[in-house]
Amino acid sequence: MTIGELIELSAATAAEKVRAREIDARELFEAYRERAAADELNAFTWVADAPPDDRSFEGTSLGGVPLGIKDLFCTEGVPSQAGSKILEGYRPPYTATVVEKLDHAGAPLLGKTNQDEFAMGSSNENSGFGPVLNPWDRTRVPGGSSGGSAAAVAAGLVPWAIGTDTGGSIRQPAALCGIVGLKPTYGACSRRGMIAFASSLDQAGPLTRDVTDCALLFRHMVGQDPWDSTSLAFPEKIALPRGEDLSGIRLGVPEELTGEGGGIDPGVRDSYEATLRLAERLGASIEPCRLPHAPHALSAYYLIAPAEASANLARFDGVRYGLRVDGEADLITMYSRTRAVGFGAEVKRRIMLGTYALSSGYYEAYYGTALKVRTKIADDFRAAFERFDFVVTPTSPWVAFELGARMDDPLSMYLNDFCTVPMPLAGIPAISIPSGLSDGLPVGFQLAGPAFSENRLLSAGYALEQAIVFDGSAARR
Amino acid sequence: MLDREQVLHVARLARLELTDEEVERMASELSHVLDHIEKIRELDLEDVLPTSHVLDVTGALRPDEPQPSLPRDVILAAAPEPLEEGFGVPSPGAQ
Repeated sequence: MTIGELIELSAATAAEKVRAREIDARELFEAYRERAAADELNAFTWVADAPPDDRSFEGTSLGGVPLGIKDLFCTEGVPSQAGSKILEGYRPPYTATVVEKLDHAGAPLLGKTNQDEFAMGSSNENSGFGPVLNPWDRTRVPGGSSGGSAAAVAAGLVPWAIGTDTGGSIRQPAALCGIVGLKPTYGACSRRGMIAFASSLDQAGPLTRDVTDCALLFRHMVGQDPWDSTSLAFPEKIALPRGEDLSGIRLGVPEELTGEGGGIDPGVRDSYEATLRLAERLGASIEPCRLPHAPHALSAYYLIAPAEASANLARFDGVRYGLRVDGEADLITMYSRTRAVGFGAEVKRRIMLGTYALSSGYYEAYYGTALKVRTKIADDFRAAFERFDFVVTPTSPWVAFELGARMDDPLSMYLNDFCTVPMPLAGIPAISIPSGLSDGLPVGFQLAGPAFSENRLLSAGYALEQAIVFDGSAARR
Repeated sequence: MLDREQVLHVARLARLELTDEEVERMASELSHVLDHIEKIRELDLEDVLPTSHVLDVTGALRPDEPQPSLPRDVILAAAPEPLEEGFGVPSPGAQ
């Protein structure tokens, strides 16, 4: 098999072929390793220099198919910097649980992927190690914050990757790069070893070329972890999706997210509506549904996430790891200078916003109110899922935008998350699949379901994928 | 609208040294974002409980059994100023 043919295999197919001894795991690793090492998209912050020694992958579930891992997952002895200069060169003493699980299942680490600093961003321009370019158009962003993972998978620099989603950081870059991204139910995957952004929202999940790869990778990520008390035992085995139709599936279209307020681009709307018509032909029923508080999700999110971040990022103080800037300074000045030099502009902005929202005199008005709105958003979804199997929206209101286009206006950047923030606030899973192109750039279609509905989401996503027949090969050239 | 003094107060709480230029920019950017966020304060949220956890989870704690932790030298290896038994820091000074 030529390298070109190897790269065109999906990860699940490649794993199957390694297990059947039709291809060699080392050869596969080396083919991708060379592509990753020659990366021109800045998708990686670190690439392995050789395949793992003396390991046989023929008997493993994931067949030695190499994995891209977002920089913020701790990997023992390998740089884990969360996209931040404050952690430049940091090599942790232990490995994140989900990374360990995937390694045991037979997916060895190929490279660490670039990201927005501490996962704060929607364009990957907030990385301390430079922006990632979108493989569909190198003048445009790949989305964020898992932009390196998304770009690397789309460009065929790695067969599959993992990222994290707090307000859309898996689904939005997946949409902008024309791949599949799943944000699991809160607690489905252990957060141990994930450098924390907002602990009540952060979830690890797969970014893959297709829905089958997504299911296979996710199957080996789930599970309760004694080292993360918010992790949960997933109630069923993750199945490989097979369903070819959507008979009896009820899809709800939330007016609050898909109407005028969301500022959805015409090209994105066209693709969304075409996908709804396709779903209908596959047997789904489509009706409007109500999520009355969803338009307020963005406000609640931009209080809750920064508040949690301001607490989580207090640990970066120049004492135990990472950067220290001191000179003649006393202790407090050392903290403040280290953080001034080590953090980028967006991280500072969010720390300030979160600290303000938690500060004496403002706590109830901001943070307390946001937590109540969060309850209402979860209630809205609960009510919707009494009538509908899934709620469907475009993943991002826009296709990939030009580098620099939104950097001067934080609020306009935040609006990118309009359709993706309500789900993590409610703790529910959602998947983004490519639904087509608009002006040559990928558009994502999002399905959200109740907690632990991942098998049904993957199955519906698979049925749509078979009907859409999205061709992502242009990005792999 | 956040003023300069408020920005400096929050920056002190957050242990973040800001340049004059950053203080100016932060005041206007945060005010702009907060103006947008303010709208949730108009909602009727009387009697609504704040979310403390998104899913119903009980009994999340594992048994409290002592287990070995990472060796001290491994942890200290990443520190900017490792001492024999701990982390070195500058003097707290007069504060």
